[in-house]
Amino acid sequence: MSRLGAVVVIAAAIFAVVLPFFLKPFGLYLISMWAVLTVAAIGLNLTLGYAGQVSLAQGAFVGIGAYTVGLLLPIGVPFPIAFVAAGLLCFVVGWILGYPALRVQHHYLAFVTLAFNTLVFLVLRNEEWLTGGTYGINGTPRPTLLGWSTNKPLDFYFLCLGAMVVLAAATWWMLRSPWGRAFVALRENPIRALSLGLDTRRYTLMAFAIGSSLGGLSGALYAPLVQFIEPNSFALGMSFNLLLMVIVGGGGYFFGPFLGALVAVLLPEWMRVTQDYYLMVYAALIMVMMAFCPSGLLGLVDRVGRRLRSGEQGPAAAAFEPQSTPP
Amino acid sequence: MASFFQLLVSGLATGAIYALIAVGFTLVWQTSQTINFAQGEFVMLPAFFILAAMNAGAPFWLACLIGIVLSVVILGLLFKFIIVDPMLKYGVLPLVISTIALSLFLKEGAKDFYSSQAQPFPSLVPATDFHVFGIVVSLQSLVVLAAATATVVALHVLLTKTRLGRSMQATAQNPTLARILGIDVNRMVLYTFLINGALVAIASILISPIYLAKFTNGETLGIAAFLAAIIGGFNQVRGAILGGVILGVLDNLSAAYISAQYRGAFPLIILIVVILFRPQGLLGRIEERTV
Repeated sequence: MSRLGAVVVIAAAIFAVVLPFFLKPFGLYLISMWAVLTVAAIGLNLTLGYAGQVSLAQGAFVGIGAYTVGLLLPIGVPFPIAFVAAGLLCFVVGWILGYPALRVQHHYLAFVTLAFNTLVFLVLRNEEWLTGGTYGINGTPRPTLLGWSTNKPLDFYFLCLGAMVVLAAATWWMLRSPWGRAFVALRENPIRALSLGLDTRRYTLMAFAIGSSLGGLSGALYAPLVQFIEPNSFALGMSFNLLLMVIVGGGGYFFGPFLGALVAVLLPEWMRVTQDYYLMVYAALIMVMMAFCPSGLLGLVDRVGRRLRSGEQGPAAAAFEPQSTPP
Repeated sequence: MASFFQLLVSGLATGAIYALIAVGFTLVWQTSQTINFAQGEFVMLPAFFILAAMNAGAPFWLACLIGIVLSVVILGLLFKFIIVDPMLKYGVLPLVISTIALSLFLKEGAKDFYSSQAQPFPSLVPATDFHVFGIVVSLQSLVVLAAATATVVALHVLLTKTRLGRSMQATAQNPTLARILGIDVNRMVLYTFLINGALVAIASILISPIYLAKFTNGETLGIAAFLAAIIGGFNQVRGAILGGVILGVLDNLSAAYISAQYRGAFPLIILIVVILFRPQGLLGRIEERTV
């Protein structure tokens, strides 16, 4: 299975590099959006899938990152510095939010983060002197790195793809370290983890802050990609959408966010054949999917794979049962 | 001072509607652990049922009746059997995603099948104002307040004074024990869904003349319901009522006296303070954690 998995990943990687040469600008925009949102979803997967905390504030972190870059680039800060600043700022804000918020868990945390998301939205909308209010910020320039101008859609796609691969690899490495394995322990059984001497609160806080920071880095790419940022893009809808990506792809599976983001970006576009009803059809498909494979698409693959291999019935309710070791 | 009382009365009226929505939300949460992220859309939708019935020629009172019945059947019965029941065994999270998708589905449905424009909605009473001791109070606020209070009182009597209501409370507090005591737990859970269906329809009738019937209404109302439920106490019906009233009054007063731009922020700040210092809510009980 793992060899098959590797083949699939390599095939997907080749596809991700070759495909864009055959796409029109809108197609390139969509797959760039996929790469950008995947970064945010990886961050949320860290918080949700690994550390087991439901956050509805990831959209706000994407927003904070996007506005950081949108505000820093015009005053002459080079892109790499603005990019890192967006990540750091979100790390700090995530830490400050998480410190009190993680006293409470589960659905309460969901609501605290929901409140935080709305507060960020209000600040973005009301502080016109800084953020431009509802008019937002227009025309964030695409960066030129070491003489490579990413102004064309194809070039910018490769920048997004590169950033995604680097950040995903960093996350992968972190999750394989002893330190990252503690995150999984937190999700599986927090009280047991505590009794084994893990400082659960600090690890949860770390997972939350790193997840938020990935949200900020995603936002740092979002601003130059869309070239128009306004508060509504980062309201609750964005957070719900990111949550949906993680769950649909498979929470707690490393490659879940990649798949989930692909579904969430492309499915509504394909559904356009159903004309005005496309969002309804999309919502209905999500509900059907949740009813039949709540552990997400990768959970389904896992279940089918296990059944094929063992030749017997898979666990009755494979349910929301992410695997305990990364694939 | 006069304007303070006016704001207070209209705040109480909105707060009473929030309380209705929050009570339904809490009931469903208590008995089935369903965090219904579509509760706001549940309030948005019945107004469109009613408008559709009126377009078909029904008088307003009949249309309201049809709206409530449709709401109980669709948002109560069908919601439970089609969405909640198949997913309950998977735990809270997939169901949360499903209700988020449902809220999108209902919102788009109202937009595509009715209208994307705000629709005027008939008011229960003519727009008259009373003048009492220099205070202007609109008849509409009073009627809304009275109707919402009557509904909440009726529900409270049902829950505390009747055998049925006490069985429902027992189900909410400890389903296993309730089953041992011979209560038909599944039926009680179903009843809470039906009650929620009726409550959101009543809330819809009361609030739509003020907000107009619009497919986006659910966004603010749903959040108001969460906030009210959590501020008051997630596991107490009384808490949801208190939370709703606090929220309505606070919203009005803070908009008038502190900052209209940040009116949305004050309830959120209160929410965060409450969760941090009294996570069980103002009137809630502490739930023991299990290993």
